[in-house]
Amino acid sequence: MEEKDFFSKSADSKYAKRIGKFTRVKESAIKFFFAVNGAMALIFIILIFIFLFKEGFKALEHIGLLDFLFFDRADASGIHQKVFEWYPTSEEARYSLVPLLLGTLLTAIPATIISTLLGVGTGIYLSEVANPKLKEFLKPAIELFAGIPTVVLGFIMLAVGASFFNDLLNPTNRLNAFVASIGLSFVIIPIIASLTEDALHSIPNDLRMASYGLGATKWQTVSRVILPAAFSGVSASIILGFGRAIGETMIVLMCAGNAANITADIFLSVRTMTATIAAEMGEVSQGSDHYYALFFIGIVLFTITFFLNLAAEIIISKMRKKNTF
Amino acid sequence: MKETKIAVKDLSLYYGDKQALKDINIDIPEKRVTAFIGPSGCGKSTFLRVLNRMNDLIDHVKIDGEVYIDGVNIYDKSLDIVNLRKNVGMVFQKSNLFPKTVYENIVYGPRLNGIRDKKLLDEIVEKTLNQAAIWDEAKDRLNENALSLSGGQQQRLCIARALAVEPEIILMDEPASALDPISTAKIEELIHELKLNYTIVIVTHNMQQAARVSDQTAFFYLGELIEYDRTTKIFTNPAKKQTEDYVTGRFG
Repeated sequence: MEEKDFFSKSADSKYAKRIGKFTRVKESAIKFFFAVNGAMALIFIILIFIFLFKEGFKALEHIGLLDFLFFDRADASGIHQKVFEWYPTSEEARYSLVPLLLGTLLTAIPATIISTLLGVGTGIYLSEVANPKLKEFLKPAIELFAGIPTVVLGFIMLAVGASFFNDLLNPTNRLNAFVASIGLSFVIIPIIASLTEDALHSIPNDLRMASYGLGATKWQTVSRVILPAAFSGVSASIILGFGRAIGETMIVLMCAGNAANITADIFLSVRTMTATIAAEMGEVSQGSDHYYALFFIGIVLFTITFFLNLAAEIIISKMRKKNTF
Repeated sequence: MKETKIAVKDLSLYYGDKQALKDINIDIPEKRVTAFIGPSGCGKSTFLRVLNRMNDLIDHVKIDGEVYIDGVNIYDKSLDIVNLRKNVGMVFQKSNLFPKTVYENIVYGPRLNGIRDKKLLDEIVEKTLNQAAIWDEAKDRLNENALSLSGGQQQRLCIARALAVEPEIILMDEPASALDPISTAKIEELIHELKLNYTIVIVTHNMQQAARVSDQTAFFYLGELIEYDRTTKIFTNPAKKQTEDYVTGRFG
């Protein structure tokens, strides 16, 4: 038998199979398809971003930055007075964002406080107390809750919740910041609960064992070891919840009463930035000062939520790094 | 002969349907070092956790039998498990310090017991760090994150943390298995000193270590206690064939 040269290439080897041209074209077509998809999503976001800022900054040409703070009213005797009002359709149009900002904060902050108490509590229950089978059912159920269309929650609060709290607390206005913040809590509690559970669950079991081994009770272990170790994750969940509360529209539009009051009274009607855009954008004439003013509100909202989300992202990524012991 | 500290009677443990420990009977003397040896999965670590009821934290674990510490059955239904764990300290295989400062790690246990006096806490920190032979290395780093210490230092800090709650018994689950030889030697030296005041039970897969540190050795195999005797006897003249095969390295 003829001995083969070690270095000669053999064409009949089972490693000699070549890729067909069709396969190669198909592969690159698939690659191209997904690359275009990814790029499209990104391009749309950038375009929206550019449009928002382009339209919003035009407001500064028409209205001026200070007019977004207050309106300088001079009466007959020549005395100037600063007026913080949002009356964009008045003959003497006033564009102060102060009542809208206050309205947003007066709904978002109570909602965040309520949701922090209940959401973090739920997260602790899911991660540390509930038995695994119950948790497997409860966690998706709670996350599903966050997916209920907010218009439905708004409607429920409007039809049932507002009357209930009206009878219970007898507020100044039937629709007020408090009712809206309760409605907002339905959306934010699941967010905070789910993210808190993630943060607590990521704490290594070793730490729990160390604590129990030293004679700690469950509650001592949670409050002195687990919660402090997961502090950054839990606070990130609260920040994200707050961002969502500021950006949420339907619930505050339906339940907050929509009067642009300057107040710290939670039982008065307020008007949020989001509700203002939603209520007025459909009826404004394009290109008017009012139109640009609404876009400017959009910029303010976008900036606030952007930085809140950024802060939360930074905290969460730091937490991930820290937890790799 | 020293007095019996821990007496285990007919102890069986089940994970679900699977029996992990079979009718264990053993008497552990006080202020001595008792080593548990055996191949992986033989139940020695599981048995160690029986002694401070750590297995209660795992789902589907069922335990039959009795464990007496100073004559009290720790599996009595009305027994305060938290109090039990204060008296039976534990050091784990992997150091599991809290992500806090060195100081905070040590005072964690005393604080659980309601000690608030700063001066007293300071004394406890110095005393236990000295006991764990890490005072010289750690005294200038008390306010640093404990996780910034080296692996061997962290493990000795874990021992110091366990000592701070003043237990009578210390359970050690392969405390040196993740450490380099020098750190291991330090831990072993420490065990020698600690046995003057504490009853120590140590699980180890390192037979030389068992021979060096322990006074008596128990050999576990497939969930059974095969042989339990003075360490010198186990390693030089074991009564059972399985023990001899294991300690001479023929299996395991």
